[in-house]
Amino acid sequence: MQRFLRNPQQERWEFQLRLKTLWGLIITLCVLLLARLVWLQVISHGYYHTLAEANRISIVPIVPNRGLILDRKGTVLAENNYTYDLEINPARNKNLDRLIDQLSELVTITSSDRKLFRKALDETHGLSPVPIRNRLSETEIARFAVNHYQFPGVDIQARLIRDYPLGTSASHLIGYIGRINEADQERLDDAGLTDEYRGTNHIGKLGIEGHYEHELHGVTGSEQVETDASGRGVRSLSRIDPTAGDDLFLTVDAGLQQAAEKAFGDHRGALVAIEPGTGDILAFVSEPGFDPNLFVEGIDQDNWNALNNSPDKPLNNRALRGLYPPGSTVKPFMALAALTLGKRTTAYKISDPGYFSFPGSSHRYRDWRQGGHGMVDMHLSIVQSCDTYYYGLANDLGIDAMHDFFSEFGFGQKTGIDIDGEMSGLYPSTEWKKKRYKQDWYGGETVISGIGQGYILTTPLQLAQAVATLANNGVMMKPHLVHAIRDRATGSVREIAPENERTLPLKQSDIDFVRDAMEDVMKPGGTAAQAGAGAPYLIAGKTGTAQVVGVRQGEKYNEGRTAERNRDHALFIAFAPADKPRIAVAVLVENGGHGGSTAAPIARKVFDYYLLGRGVTPVPDNSNAGDDSAHD
Amino acid sequence: MPTIKELRQRFLAPLDPTLFNTCLILTALGLIVQYSASGSDLAKVLSQVRNLGFAFAAMWVMAVTPPYKIERVVFPVYAIALVALVAVALFGEVSHGARRWLHLGPMRLQPSELMKIALPLALAGYFEWRGKAISWRDFVVAAVLLLIPVALVIRQPDLGTALLIASSGFYVLYFAGLSWKVMGGLLASGLASLPLVWHLLHDYQRKRILTLLDPTQDPLGAGYHTLQSMIALGSGGLVGKGWLQGTQSHLDFLPEHTTDFVFAVFGEEFGLLGELVFLVAMLVIITRGFFIANEGSTPFARLVAGALSMTLFTYTFVNMGMVSGILPVVGVPLPFLSYGGTSLVTLFISIGILMSVHHHRKLVKQ
Repeated sequence: MQRFLRNPQQERWEFQLRLKTLWGLIITLCVLLLARLVWLQVISHGYYHTLAEANRISIVPIVPNRGLILDRKGTVLAENNYTYDLEINPARNKNLDRLIDQLSELVTITSSDRKLFRKALDETHGLSPVPIRNRLSETEIARFAVNHYQFPGVDIQARLIRDYPLGTSASHLIGYIGRINEADQERLDDAGLTDEYRGTNHIGKLGIEGHYEHELHGVTGSEQVETDASGRGVRSLSRIDPTAGDDLFLTVDAGLQQAAEKAFGDHRGALVAIEPGTGDILAFVSEPGFDPNLFVEGIDQDNWNALNNSPDKPLNNRALRGLYPPGSTVKPFMALAALTLGKRTTAYKISDPGYFSFPGSSHRYRDWRQGGHGMVDMHLSIVQSCDTYYYGLANDLGIDAMHDFFSEFGFGQKTGIDIDGEMSGLYPSTEWKKKRYKQDWYGGETVISGIGQGYILTTPLQLAQAVATLANNGVMMKPHLVHAIRDRATGSVREIAPENERTLPLKQSDIDFVRDAMEDVMKPGGTAAQAGAGAPYLIAGKTGTAQVVGVRQGEKYNEGRTAERNRDHALFIAFAPADKPRIAVAVLVENGGHGGSTAAPIARKVFDYYLLGRGVTPVPDNSNAGDDSAHD
Repeated sequence: MPTIKELRQRFLAPLDPTLFNTCLILTALGLIVQYSASGSDLAKVLSQVRNLGFAFAAMWVMAVTPPYKIERVVFPVYAIALVALVAVALFGEVSHGARRWLHLGPMRLQPSELMKIALPLALAGYFEWRGKAISWRDFVVAAVLLLIPVALVIRQPDLGTALLIASSGFYVLYFAGLSWKVMGGLLASGLASLPLVWHLLHDYQRKRILTLLDPTQDPLGAGYHTLQSMIALGSGGLVGKGWLQGTQSHLDFLPEHTTDFVFAVFGEEFGLLGELVFLVAMLVIITRGFFIANEGSTPFARLVAGALSMTLFTYTFVNMGMVSGILPVVGVPLPFLSYGGTSLVTLFISIGILMSVHHHRKLVKQ
């Protein structure tokens, strides 16, 4: 290798060359750097500007207050109340177990509280405060407040919680809200409401809470918050206030509702009371009920098991979803069908031997009264609920004519009530049977359909609508539960107008005839005379019994010997005052036996409450209605 | 008694006006951006002012010291820096997974910083000492003197600083006349051994390089720093968001925004035009350094001035390249703008040496 730096001149020249070379490199690199900076700051400026804004601004949802649910007189059925939770900030406490032990000396902390705390702690990774106890009592709040200074990082948090002050009353009607689950979220996503529900944890699940979710929820507000890199809000940039959900005024009268529930006593069953002229539902009972408050924060396992495994099925909405044979409550409608279709005159009489049989057949379709009712015309057939009369009538009408006529009254169809999950029931026809069972229709099936047995299934709501339509002289109103919606922001109230479903082509004289007969049902000699006794207003009613288990040929149904759960269901439909109906009801008492003895008295109490005023329930003087009237 | 004029003459004469005034401008920029980057923390700015006091004093001391006197201490300084590096390897303080700091009483020293300046000085001193008898063996010796500290710093591990120290040493070899052929050969073999180097890299180092190719690939992990600083620069635009108005730094999206990433704060608030002012000022200093190197009276003076100027550029370019996302993330402070006493003092020592070379160019000749 040659030696450098020998000649000072050459050495200088070489050094200068190297300086110049490097300076050229420096300028090249600077140009490169500048090109990069121009690309970032001029060409891509818009893109990075957007990223910077997105970095610093986050939109925080502000959840609106849920609308209230009130009855038609303003009694609160669902409201939002403050509840107080005890929260632990895990970042400020090292030994959580010891801390919880110390806290448990001040407030009750169960092992399930601890379990839930651990679970929530894992989910939040210890980044945010986690509740250790929900819904502190007043004394617990006071006790903790005094000792607060000993527990840094433990605080009481207030939040709004849905509260159903009436508890189990009207639970099936009001429904409840619960935490949004995956299925709810999917539905919200499909409906494009994902953003609207950002920040909302609860959603209406059932009843009014479910059906009117849109009105009750309100409009979510938002706040633009400048956040730092760790996501902490630094300051508010702008705010759009949320709009509280609408308040709903129900058609239901809470007092009437509670009176009806009380009237059921220990019985299971359902009652729907409708104002015939409007379709307003005045009471909507399914007994037993449940406490919707249990569901708001997520029901615990014990309560869930108790509700779900109970043989009384308290979660089952019997009024909306219970399917029962209507039994003899179809008879007034059968009579109307006969008159309308010209198959019977009112004067036409049959001689009732206690059974009906087809010519040349030994099979007997028995009347409930052994030996029969003697000579029976249409009036008496309703008053005494003569089965034989209707066996023959059904045979003459034919199932398809019956199907068409009953469909007009809403049998086999949803009423379209404003809560979800309604069952449509069933009124059979030859076509239906062909489709469903690929079988021909038998004459015997028509005969038993005449007394509301066989394939026919109705919900108590359907029955109530049918009787309300009858009471309203054939003008069918759509049953509904909400009669007014109050906009919380403006305070303006929007009334929901009654909806006329259809007007049935009935003759007023026929309707009047059937009503007269139904009035006599409630009078001595009628099947519900006991329940009708002493009423200072006119009641038109009809009892019914629905078989739970079939009674074989030649056997007699014996209530005493039949297991309670296999006893017949008792039914009763009625409206009052009969001359100017203000309320129509359908009552079903599961395994209640006879409509006249168990279902009708419940209706009577409801009528008394509604027509005579709160708490006024005159003791009916027990007139001698006769043994028969106790039967169907 | 010397007159005031004489005092001023003796005091200020060594301070080259071009270098000094440009330094003042850059220092002012540094304090302005530090006030913003620290979140209007006056205490931190004052602490930087104190650092500047030491730095200017060190600069003045170097400026008034003739190069031949500096030459006498370069080997002891190199030896001290080397011993300190060994000490770090043995009982240094571990921080962020690396062993880089040494505690000496209340002081916390980063010997690798000292080595950044000690190595080029020592190498220049070596070539000066060899005088006209320089042969290829001297380059081998110089290479060994270079590789020992570099190896120690690589082990810390601090690959970025090691490369910077290696480059500052290499500049001396380059200016001393290392054969173009050898450099070509080194470049070729360096490129050829890239796969091997890749194999030897730590995972986090590989990640940084991969991230450089596509920072959006891992926006919350390795790419986070780069992406956030690119957002800061890009959103700053041509004229910037204005002093104290940078959202990226003030809302903590930028990492290390008073030290290594301070240029992102600067760019976000003062935009491309502000960056141009800074870059031009740096080029003035570097170009001035080259002129001073060119007129250096001794090989030592020339080599030192050339290498230190070039090192200054290297830091500037590597830091800006890192912040703008064209170089991997390497822990390199930006001259004049970054917070930190050690880097500031070494920076001003370099400037002071340049001034000394300039001021004493004729003294030695006479």
